Amino acid sequence: MQVAVCAQEGSPDAAVDPRFGRCQCLVLVNRENNYWESIANPGINSSGGAGIQTAQTLVDRRVEAVLVGRIGPKAMAVFQRAGIKVFGGITGTVRESIDLYHRGKLPLLDGANSIAHAGMGGGFKKA
Amino acid sequence: MIVAVASGKGGTGKTTVAASLALVAAEKGPVQYLDCDVEEPNGHLLLHPAWEHRRAVTVPVPVIDRDKCNFCGRCAQICAFHALAVLPDEVLVFPELCHGCGGCQYFCPMKAITENKREIGCVETGQSGAIQFVHGCLQVGEAICTPLIGAVKEQAAPGTLTILDAPPGTSCPVIKTVTNAGFCILVTEPTPFGLHDLRLAVKMVKKLGIPCGIIINRSDGQDQLIVEFSRDMHIPVLFRLPEDRMVAEGYAGGMPAVTVRPAWKPLFQNLLDGLEAGKQCVS
Repeated sequence: MQVAVCAQEGSPDAAVDPRFGRCQCLVLVNRENNYWESIANPGINSSGGAGIQTAQTLVDRRVEAVLVGRIGPKAMAVFQRAGIKVFGGITGTVRESIDLYHRGKLPLLDGANSIAHAGMGGGFKKA
Repeated sequence: MIVAVASGKGGTGKTTVAASLALVAAEKGPVQYLDCDVEEPNGHLLLHPAWEHRRAVTVPVPVIDRDKCNFCGRCAQICAFHALAVLPDEVLVFPELCHGCGGCQYFCPMKAITENKREIGCVETGQSGAIQFVHGCLQVGEAICTPLIGAVKEQAAPGTLTILDAPPGTSCPVIKTVTNAGFCILVTEPTPFGLHDLRLAVKMVKKLGIPCGIIINRSDGQDQLIVEFSRDMHIPVLFRLPEDRMVAEGYAGGMPAVTVRPAWKPLFQNLLDGLEAGKQCVS
C-alpha cells in the first residue's frame, strides 16, 4: 500500500508542498519496500475543483493514506467517503514526513484545515 | 440595438454611464436597462425601478442512480469542472462546481444519470419611467453566475435599445454579458491601473469582434495615457466626464450623474445618435 505526500518536486528528498490541490507533485511511497514513484498533480492548472481532481487521482491509485499541509473541505470529503486517512503537519522533505508518519507523529485530520476557495488566485474576484 | 457598458477595472463608472445613457435615451423612447452584474447588482440604486416580477433561475445538476451506476468513473473524467468524484462504490456530486453542461449524463455508459434543478438566483423586472429595468441576483455563496446572466439577457426585446451594465473584469461573466452586443462602451479612469485593465478589456472585445469606444471618467484633464493608447489601438474616445464631487455625492445618495449634471446630457445624446447612425462602430 502506498502513502502519498504533497511535494514540490518528484523525489523523496524534495521539499514538501503545503498546498494540496495545487501542489506541484505527488510522491507515492510503498511502506513495505520503500519503492517510490512520483506523479504529476493533474489539478495544478485546473480553473476550479483542483482538490477534487487531485483527490480523485489518489482514490484511483488506492493509496492508504495522504500526507498534507493544508486541505480544503471538498477534497477532504472525497477522502472521508473513500475511507482514506489524511494526515496533516508535513514538514521538511518527503522522506522526513514519511518518517514522521511511520512514527505516528503526524496528526490524523478529521476535517478540512483550510477554507474552500474557487479557482486560481486564492479567491481574488474583483476590484 | 444592444449596447454593453464594460470596463476592465472595477469602480470606473460603468453604472454611472449605463444609468445616464438609459435616462437620456428614455427621453426619446422606450429603452431597456439590463444589470448583468449579478454578483453585485447596483443599477436599481440609481434608477429606482418599481418591481413587478421575480422569477427563480435554476441550473441542472446530475443525480446518480446507484442501482444503475457501475462506478466506471467516466463522468468524473469528462467533467471539466471536477464537480464529480467517483469512489469504488459511491459517486460524490459537488453541485456548486457544476456548470450544468449535461456532459456526464450524455457520456454515462450505464444511463445512470438524470437531471435535477438547483436554484442559483433570480431575475427581477420592473419599470423606471420609460426604462424597462431587469437585473439578476445571484444567491450568496454561488460560484457560477453565467447561467443567471444568460437569463437576464433573455429579457432583451428585439428592436428596442437595450443597455447592458456588465460586471467588472474580463472573465467569463463579462464575456457572457458583452457577447452579441452591437457595441461595447469601455469606461476607464485616467490612471495607470485604469489603463492596465482597459488594455485587457480592449483585447477581449476585439477577440469577440465587437466594435468599441472609450469613455474617460473622472478626467482631471491629464488623460494622455488613455488618449495615446486609444490612438494606437484605433479606438475612439467617445467623451470625457470630469472629476466632479457633486456627481460623487449624488451617486452616494442614489442620484444618477445626468440628474445631478443635466449639462452632461448632450454627451450621452450625441453618443446615442452616433450609435443609431452606426458612426461609432469603428473597431
